Amino acid sequence: MNELYDYDVIVVGGGHAGCEAALVAARLGFSTLLVTMKIDMIAQMSCNPAMGGQAKGQLIREIDALGGEIGFTSDQAAIQYRLLNRSKGPAVWSSRAQCDRATYRMTMQESLRKQKGLAIIEGNVTGVIIDKGRAGGVVLDGGAKITSKVVILAGGTFLDGLIHIGTKTIPAGRAGEPACLGLSDDLKRYGFEVGRLKTGTPPRLDGRTVDYSKMQIQRGDENPRPFSLRTEEVNLDQLPCHLTYTNLKTHQVLRDNLDKSALYSGRIKGVGPRYCPSVEDKVVKFPDRERHQLFLEPEGRDTDELYLNGFSSSLPEEVQYEALHTISGLEEATITQFGYAIEYDFFPPWQIKPTMETKAVENLYFAGQINGTSGYEEAAAQGLLAGINAALKLKRESPLILERSRAYIGVLIDDLVTKDIREPYRMFTSRAEWRLLLREDNVEERLLQIGHGLGLIPQPLWEDYKGRETDLKEQLKKTKNITVDCDDYPKLKELKKSGGKIRLHNAIKIPGMQLSDFSAIAEVSSIDPRIAENIEIEIKYGGYIERQRQEVGRFAKMESMVIPEDFDYGGLNGFKKEAIEKLQKFRPASLGQASRVSGVSSGDLAVLMVHLRRHHARNPDRDKVFLTK
Amino acid sequence: MLNLDYCPEDTIAAISTPPGEGGIAIVRISGKEALKVAARVFRGKVSPAKAESHTVHLGKIVHPDSGEKIDEVLLTVMRSPKTYTGEEVVEVNCHGGFLVSRKVLEATISAGARLAHPGEFTLRAFVNGRLDLSQAEAVVEIIQAKSDLALKAALEQLAGGLSSRIGEMRGKLIDFLAQLEAEIDFPEEEIEKMDAGLSLSAIEALEGECERLLDSYEVGETLRHGFSVVIAGRTNVGKSSLLNKLLESERAIVTSLPGTTRDVISEYLDLSGLPVKLIDTAGLRPASGEIENLGILKTEEEIKKADLVLLLFDASEKPNEEDKEAFRTISQYRFLPVINKIDIASRENVEALEREFGNQSSIKISALYGTNLDTLKKAIRKSATFLEEWHQQRLVSINSRHREALLRAKESLLCAERGLAGRLSSEFIAAEVRSTLRHLGEIVGETVDEEILNRIFEKFCIGK
Repeated sequence: MNELYDYDVIVVGGGHAGCEAALVAARLGFSTLLVTMKIDMIAQMSCNPAMGGQAKGQLIREIDALGGEIGFTSDQAAIQYRLLNRSKGPAVWSSRAQCDRATYRMTMQESLRKQKGLAIIEGNVTGVIIDKGRAGGVVLDGGAKITSKVVILAGGTFLDGLIHIGTKTIPAGRAGEPACLGLSDDLKRYGFEVGRLKTGTPPRLDGRTVDYSKMQIQRGDENPRPFSLRTEEVNLDQLPCHLTYTNLKTHQVLRDNLDKSALYSGRIKGVGPRYCPSVEDKVVKFPDRERHQLFLEPEGRDTDELYLNGFSSSLPEEVQYEALHTISGLEEATITQFGYAIEYDFFPPWQIKPTMETKAVENLYFAGQINGTSGYEEAAAQGLLAGINAALKLKRESPLILERSRAYIGVLIDDLVTKDIREPYRMFTSRAEWRLLLREDNVEERLLQIGHGLGLIPQPLWEDYKGRETDLKEQLKKTKNITVDCDDYPKLKELKKSGGKIRLHNAIKIPGMQLSDFSAIAEVSSIDPRIAENIEIEIKYGGYIERQRQEVGRFAKMESMVIPEDFDYGGLNGFKKEAIEKLQKFRPASLGQASRVSGVSSGDLAVLMVHLRRHHARNPDRDKVFLTK
Repeated sequence: MLNLDYCPEDTIAAISTPPGEGGIAIVRISGKEALKVAARVFRGKVSPAKAESHTVHLGKIVHPDSGEKIDEVLLTVMRSPKTYTGEEVVEVNCHGGFLVSRKVLEATISAGARLAHPGEFTLRAFVNGRLDLSQAEAVVEIIQAKSDLALKAALEQLAGGLSSRIGEMRGKLIDFLAQLEAEIDFPEEEIEKMDAGLSLSAIEALEGECERLLDSYEVGETLRHGFSVVIAGRTNVGKSSLLNKLLESERAIVTSLPGTTRDVISEYLDLSGLPVKLIDTAGLRPASGEIENLGILKTEEEIKKADLVLLLFDASEKPNEEDKEAFRTISQYRFLPVINKIDIASRENVEALEREFGNQSSIKISALYGTNLDTLKKAIRKSATFLEEWHQQRLVSINSRHREALLRAKESLLCAERGLAGRLSSEFIAAEVRSTLRHLGEIVGETVDEEILNRIFEKFCIGK
């Protein structure tokens, strides 16, 4: 056995979590090593060739405002942008970009290569060095050891990954790449609980064999908005996606072959996500539906390959073909890579703290799919936070824990540490109870200061934001002082159903009216177009947003009431048995978190609060009980 | 169950004497601002804010906004830390009975206090080291154990009725929310859009349900504040003697309620846990004058509202026309024939009365000597079958905490309704629906997050 180098931080896995973790650890000044099984495949988008979407677009912008890389990389790789939910209000507008898979990979690999203090090696990690409950490095296949102060595991679907196609099973982390065997067994020895999840991916098609004339075309937005604050403008010849449908014939083929499906024959033991069912699943669970939509998404600019979104399947190859050829426009289509289901190990995330550090082993962090999540953006968010918190711990500074009312990242991690994760966890806007506050448009207001404080935001970006912030306040004030005459604005008169004079501020509040309707006014036309939208949102929705903010305030005290890490539930009376078990398992970090642990009733919370108050009264150091903001 | 926006900064108030128990009601105020709150509602020689600790003051309680006089009270000022809760405490001893003590409570809330959650005084006492946990638990148990077991069981049943109705509302709201959320979170799926008109009527229906539940607050109040029993009969059959005797044998709760006329006198009585409102009425007889007529109208009104009428007969006399008239009036209501003065009655008279009015069910008493009063009391308690009837009618018992939560839920529903009518984007409607669910959740102690997602995935085929 030989010891190789010594690093501050070792990141295991070069997926979306691993990339963010490695980059941020190095950027915060720590010598970092990224260990990946195949350098060329770093930052591969294993599933659909798109970034963002509902709630995920918000996640990308949040990561970006905290100095992460996913937003900028997506912008470099984008081949089409769409802002989803444009017909609804700004809180649920979400950006999505179709990306060129190869460009994404290469851009991220380039950022990693350029990063000072970051080394990358190829290797298969089979164990973590753990000494006296503390992580101290990793063991590679073959026995070589590399030491470090911190280990961040971001192994994705590679941990004991098993691909299913029909009755065939192939140990693999992803199509064509070997699984990472042994690591989860190694961790089980230290008492970690391991679970099994499943996910699936659809076939890829040869675009030259597809008849687009039978499909609906779906183009990108006319004025695309980039994800990243670092992307100055988007100048793009956008590629379209196409839409087609399954039909009753397709459904018959799928139904006739269910016995050959890995899922329905009972060979798959992992639990799959309900929001991303295989096509055979859809046919079984919704038998009345006559069709299901399928999106054909380009894999990139310089390839003919297409991703058949909505047709995820683990049926045998010949059945995938048979079903495919019943579909309008795909009668002659050639499959370039078959759909498959993959089962993999994960560590139920009650085993981590809100800092992403494991409860059982100090300085060991878990990030990404290993925690039972699904999605590039969810993984990247965890990687970033694990990297930041590992660095803050090395600096002996207090950790970064984002509130649920501040960021989707906060919602994500809080959910992970309080919920029983039984299926791959994906972010939805409906998971955020304070959704109106977590918008794409106010991401800088919510997070940029934190990113800047950490030293992860370039100074010009910060100054640019501060400038716009001041400008926004001034312009808002102005709208309250400007008076407009309804007779000058026929649209306003019609919507308001009366004439007379009205303050600009109130005129914009009327549904259907926009700031741009008043561009004849010099003060309006001179407004920086980058803040025009913020002004409009602030005026139109300010009341609702304020209402939600007040409601957040009602819960703030509970959220700030800290439960000491070593708090002993054992000796306390007054709890239900189930509550004690859950509290001991999840060890929530605050009373607010305790309230979200399932099985803990409000009666239990009252008892817990009483005990905490007592604990706090006995402890003269009052501040220890409350989070300092 | 505790609402968890517990904060020691709030000043809290509540009626701290259990309804139906105790001769006077005490409104207790506790917290930093207790003395200031008291000063805003109390008019006396000394302002509570300046009063010394552990002193008692005579004065009036007035509403802080309207200045309306509510009650004459004794007010006790107790300064921190030697108080029940360890905080500043003011106790107001009201004389005016339940309605009045409630008004006093409302006045303190208008003056800046917040309604205390059940057990919150005890919780504060515990937190501030005035009680240990077992003592705190014991206090709560004593408070709860005081009510009669049967009554308690009935109350619990009624409370169960509340949970099931809140459960139904939550179910509907979760369905509605799942639809909204599915449209928001899966904009590219083929999800059938909701009919705006239908959702509007669904929200209105839920508002109606909130209102019905709020209405039953009064039902719960009746339950807590008295099963009303009217004593009726012709003049001089011994109605007042019976009233007095009943009050003597049991604890009278209140001496007389303001607003009642001299024709109708109400008294409160605790019949082993069943709070009874006992109403003495003017004698029933054919009207001879206008003024008397008014008295009789008033009596008839009371009889109509009563849960039970005790129809009294005088066994020292033969049944006469007035008795027959009274019987004709009363017999359409729920009543219990009571033959009084059996100490001086002749056997023939009793038999004649029984034949005429009561057959076997009549109860023979002597109000003067208290003979057979226990049998009468048992009969009154036995006729309190209203609890069961309420249960069958799905009436529920809600307390002021439920009421507060329901009022807030209704308010959020109204906002949702306005939003729907104004074609506001669905995430704003969803925010109001969520807030409604949160308020209803405070009543039943449940949260909804996972339920919504479960509904979405059950109902819609999501899978791009």
